[in-house]
Amino acid sequence: MKTFNYLRATDVDVALQRIAVEPGARFLGGGTNLVDLMREGIEAPETLIDITRLPLDGIEELPDGGLRIGALVRNSDLAAHPVVRGRYPFLSQAILLGATGQIRNMATVGGNLLQRTRCLYFYDEASACNKREPGAGCAAREGFNRGNAVLGTSDACVATHPSDMAVALAAIDAVVEVRSSRGTRHIPLTEFHLLPGTTPHLESQLESDELITAVELPPLPVAAHSYYRKVRDRASYAFALVSVAAALDFGADGRIADVRLALGGVATKPWRARTAEQLLLGAAASEDSFATAAAAELAAAVPLPGNAFKIDLACRTVVAVLRRLTTERSGS
Amino acid sequence: MPELRLRINGEDHKADVAPQVSLLDVLREHLWLTGTKKGCDQGACGACTVLVDGRRIVSCLALAVQYEGREITTIEGVDHPLQEAFVRHDGLQCGYCTPGQICSAIGMLSEHAAGAPSAATEALAPEALTPAEIRERMSGNICRCGAYNGIAEAIQEVAS
Repeated sequence: MKTFNYLRATDVDVALQRIAVEPGARFLGGGTNLVDLMREGIEAPETLIDITRLPLDGIEELPDGGLRIGALVRNSDLAAHPVVRGRYPFLSQAILLGATGQIRNMATVGGNLLQRTRCLYFYDEASACNKREPGAGCAAREGFNRGNAVLGTSDACVATHPSDMAVALAAIDAVVEVRSSRGTRHIPLTEFHLLPGTTPHLESQLESDELITAVELPPLPVAAHSYYRKVRDRASYAFALVSVAAALDFGADGRIADVRLALGGVATKPWRARTAEQLLLGAAASEDSFATAAAAELAAAVPLPGNAFKIDLACRTVVAVLRRLTTERSGS
Repeated sequence: MPELRLRINGEDHKADVAPQVSLLDVLREHLWLTGTKKGCDQGACGACTVLVDGRRIVSCLALAVQYEGREITTIEGVDHPLQEAFVRHDGLQCGYCTPGQICSAIGMLSEHAAGAPSAATEALAPEALTPAEIRERMSGNICRCGAYNGIAEAIQEVAS
């Protein structure tokens, strides 16, 4: 690993002032992705500003019933929080289905959002990758692309966003709070990550001098009836081939009164399935309506030879999760 | 580079290392605490698991400088019923993953006792530590000899 300067931040404002004048610096959280990328030579910051001792590790209930999650809350602590378990169960499930106990104890909420793709060709320096080296080409298109995306892709890039947590946050309409020495802004999670387009090396709206300080969850009654399912090659500790975050509620007439749906493992960013949601809202809860909505969402999919199976798998997983939530509701 | 001060197994240690050196490499190569093992060096196998302030982490992805002042426990500082239980249940063959398995299991048992759920937990908080719970919670530790049945039994015995 290339050497770097190490600074330990003890004050948010000082950290922000420092990064504003040092463009080659990066913030260091749990390090579970960044340290690995630095060891592989894919990232080579000149300075690391360690932010893990900043007071951004609290979880706070908001007066409106929402939740404010400090950016440095460890993944395991967020997943175990009673309010998350009770009011946003699919967020807890999504986190617990990612990584391992050890890594969840290290990884932070902010870092989880900023983790980089595990596309094999992004990690392999001998291969062409537009994300790693703009203009180099994309070896995944002609390569082993079983794990790659079918939604939100471009000619330049088919890499998936690897986070499970972010998929549930997309369904929740979470808001990312970011700060710099220029001020504070709030970015909806669904807009935080960028589609690759012709610039796959640009992955989020976060500017180089900005720090994620918190993620806020709005109050969302439907989220109490939610579920996250992850389909993968191993039963544990593997990235998703397909994942589905869904929340469902019914009106007095038995029709779908509220629904949230997001997909992971199939898209270049945490994928809010708004097309499917619109079709489901007001519909009867039936296998037909679930299947129609899933198919409509996946209609835009662009498959590669190795990952075409994901389209059908995503549709079936959406139907299975919605069926489960329907059964739970009618049973309660 | 200022000298790094680490607190390991209740003792203060000093090491003169660059910031890119992992906690794992400081333990093994600078302090000669070689009980902690290097397997994949990328967070995938769990052989390097140690406890920091009682919580299990993988020391290969941990930059040592980040852990100054923390209470680090390695297998050399462990005296726990799990160790005898691993021997009794044949929870090892070559033994290379064992220090990581033991440290991980200690951390895992505290997480469970503190009410932390796992992906195998259906209720709001976990109840008994079932075989399914143990296997899911220990999935960050790989044993290439495949001594998993013995490992799970040893942990089960100590948990109950």
